[in-house]
Amino acid sequence: MSFVEYSEFIQEGDVVIIFLGHDSMMPIKVEAGAQTQTRYGAIRHSSDLIGRRFGSKVTCSKGGWVYVLHPTPELWTVNLPHRTQILYTTDIANITLMLDLKPGSIVCESGTGSGSLSHAILRTIAPSGHLYTVEFHAQRAEKAAQEFKEHKVAHLVTVRNQDVCKEGFGVVGVADAVFLDIPSPWEAVTHAKKAFKRKGGRLCSFSPCIEQVQRTCEALLEQGFEEICTLEVLQRVHDVRSVTLPLPDFGPEDGGAESAKMASEEVSSAANSGHPSVTCRTATAPREMAGHTGYLTFATKPRG
Amino acid sequence: MADPAVDSDEESRISEGDYVVLKRADVYKSVQIEKRKKVIFEKQWLFMDNAIGELYGSTFEVDGGGKLTLRKPNNTEDPTDTKGAGLDNRHIVDDGKSQKLTRDDIESLKEQGLKGQEIIQQLIDNSTTFRDKTEFAQEKYIKKKKKKYESKITVLKPTSRILAMMYHGREPGKVCHLRYDTLAQMLTMGNIHAGSKIIVFETCAGLVLGSVMERMGGHGSVIQLYPGGGPVRAGMESFGFPSHFHNTLHEFPLCKVNALLSGTLNVDEKDMDSQSNGRSDEQCSSSQVSTGEGDESSSEPQKMEVSADPAEAKKKEDREKSREQKRVRMEEKRKRLAAAAALLEGRNADGLVIASRFHPCPVLLGLLKFVAPSRPFVVYCQYREPLIECYTKLREQGGAVSLRLTDSWLRHYQVLPNRTHPVLLMSGGGGYLLSGITVSADAAATSGAQQKSGEPAAKRIKLDEIKSTSDSSA
Repeated sequence: MSFVEYSEFIQEGDVVIIFLGHDSMMPIKVEAGAQTQTRYGAIRHSSDLIGRRFGSKVTCSKGGWVYVLHPTPELWTVNLPHRTQILYTTDIANITLMLDLKPGSIVCESGTGSGSLSHAILRTIAPSGHLYTVEFHAQRAEKAAQEFKEHKVAHLVTVRNQDVCKEGFGVVGVADAVFLDIPSPWEAVTHAKKAFKRKGGRLCSFSPCIEQVQRTCEALLEQGFEEICTLEVLQRVHDVRSVTLPLPDFGPEDGGAESAKMASEEVSSAANSGHPSVTCRTATAPREMAGHTGYLTFATKPRG
Repeated sequence: MADPAVDSDEESRISEGDYVVLKRADVYKSVQIEKRKKVIFEKQWLFMDNAIGELYGSTFEVDGGGKLTLRKPNNTEDPTDTKGAGLDNRHIVDDGKSQKLTRDDIESLKEQGLKGQEIIQQLIDNSTTFRDKTEFAQEKYIKKKKKKYESKITVLKPTSRILAMMYHGREPGKVCHLRYDTLAQMLTMGNIHAGSKIIVFETCAGLVLGSVMERMGGHGSVIQLYPGGGPVRAGMESFGFPSHFHNTLHEFPLCKVNALLSGTLNVDEKDMDSQSNGRSDEQCSSSQVSTGEGDESSSEPQKMEVSADPAEAKKKEDREKSREQKRVRMEEKRKRLAAAAALLEGRNADGLVIASRFHPCPVLLGLLKFVAPSRPFVVYCQYREPLIECYTKLREQGGAVSLRLTDSWLRHYQVLPNRTHPVLLMSGGGGYLLSGITVSADAAATSGAQQKSGEPAAKRIKLDEIKSTSDSSA
């Protein structure tokens, strides 16, 4: 397994995602002789995981079962250990498209944070691209570097522990794309500009507050960036279910009783209560959902 | 790779034959560069000849004859003469007489060959209310006039971002109203990346196919399933991929999927194949706008009938030649079919992407059989109800987990000093997605009852409390 290449069978050292049920997953690192406790009982790595096919059903010691899934950046995003607030798949998807990322792209990112976006970038730019990621928090930088190694993507990424606003990305004239998720992105705009290839490229800045966006846009304009565009994307997850709506009773109807009965039969009358009702399959919007993650500001760095 | 010297200009020069995207303000148009070819863009004629040899990202001015002249990057921002501004609009009366220039005047200015910038200055000078307008209103006025009179065109290298925005803006019907943020979700949820084997079924003009190919970077393989006589690829062609990308692309007709699944597909016998091919073309093509590859058979026979007596010998020769060519093409087509069939037969694809005007349910259930376990799939539909049906069927059938029905909401912002707000007009809907991950479907344990027993009691109760649900969608 690797985050940039699928494999068929589980091997020692792999990270696998245990799928326990609806929206319930856990990542585990496969080690011979090790055991992982789930609420369905223990999973013995040597017999239950190693050599098995990704996607297969594993019966745990208490008789319950789980699925073992191949890791992807999207599964990692919902399972990773948080060291910071992270970017989720909806924003990541738009960042990836709007930054024109593809195999071979050279990307600069700051801060690395928990590496949620970093994994998605690495997946997209492999096998020939490179990610230069800058994290000013020493412990986080170290942890991220360690994760990249465990996930077999270390060859695609350089982690630097420095302040991007003061010291930049540590590279100049190489980037096709720059991504900023820092508290004061406007302070990093000049460094971002220097990081780009001569022919230019695309920049994205993620900020939760509109005041940050305002300052960033001013800085971008001042530095000659073009096509400055701010947008916001939210995802709604719909809950698919059957709902039953009772039919109202208008009382007996003269002469029309027959047809009314016909209609209710077509519609299906409720099994136990005897009250006529209609059941339909529908999808309901969530009662509560993430209403804001952050504004995404994109810009083009022109040639020069 | 970190060497700036490698960052040469040569690869970024526009050459003849290139597929490019023209941009004017927020409007895009995809064209292929050809010498002396008229292109219509935003009600304007133009010739792309002068763009050849220039760098991608260059901006051009269009003159009356449709000729492009390169704009120097330095003089892009032009100080417009404003002299003073009002504080509010209490004294501005709309009497329809504030502009002293008539329509005819403006036309004659244009005919004199005045630059857009000069016409705008004239409009400002001849507007009696301009000076009383607030600074913001003046800016807005100039911006509006610039949009109308300045014809600056930028030539861009195509990317999925640009083409997806172009299709959504110009021809949403051609891409089933797939919005670019939804396309972005598909590529990410589908974990599309270099080295995978991806199955694509789309009727989005080839945009989705092209976007998938861009993310694969020429590594791995893409199998396009197509309805009707041949795959539609105009959108994919607009990406202008290098030729080695095309080696990774395969196609397989949807109407042979059943035969492939049941093992009755015969790709070896030539006659059988060409016959059934012809038949399937007829069968399917009613719903399909014809495209390059599929219709070679239709044009040739006609040509033969039309020709007259005299050059009988030559005609015969031609006929022989064309028959030979046809045979070569058929053989080629058969080989490609066999190659695609072989790729599918392994039933080990790394992903499935569907975005079509067909009912997604049979497409998904049929094509999912070719996907390996533990691989993501994603289905786009303009409407929600068909995806509800897919969701329900997949739950009954098993073989997939982490099913999610989603849509996304996109809002653009105007960010300007003291004038920041959401853009007035937003897109009402960008379609719906059903995504999930395949798992091994061992026949025994996929019934609903067992799934329930696998669910811990405590969690079920909690879930039920939260959602006060009647349905066990867990």
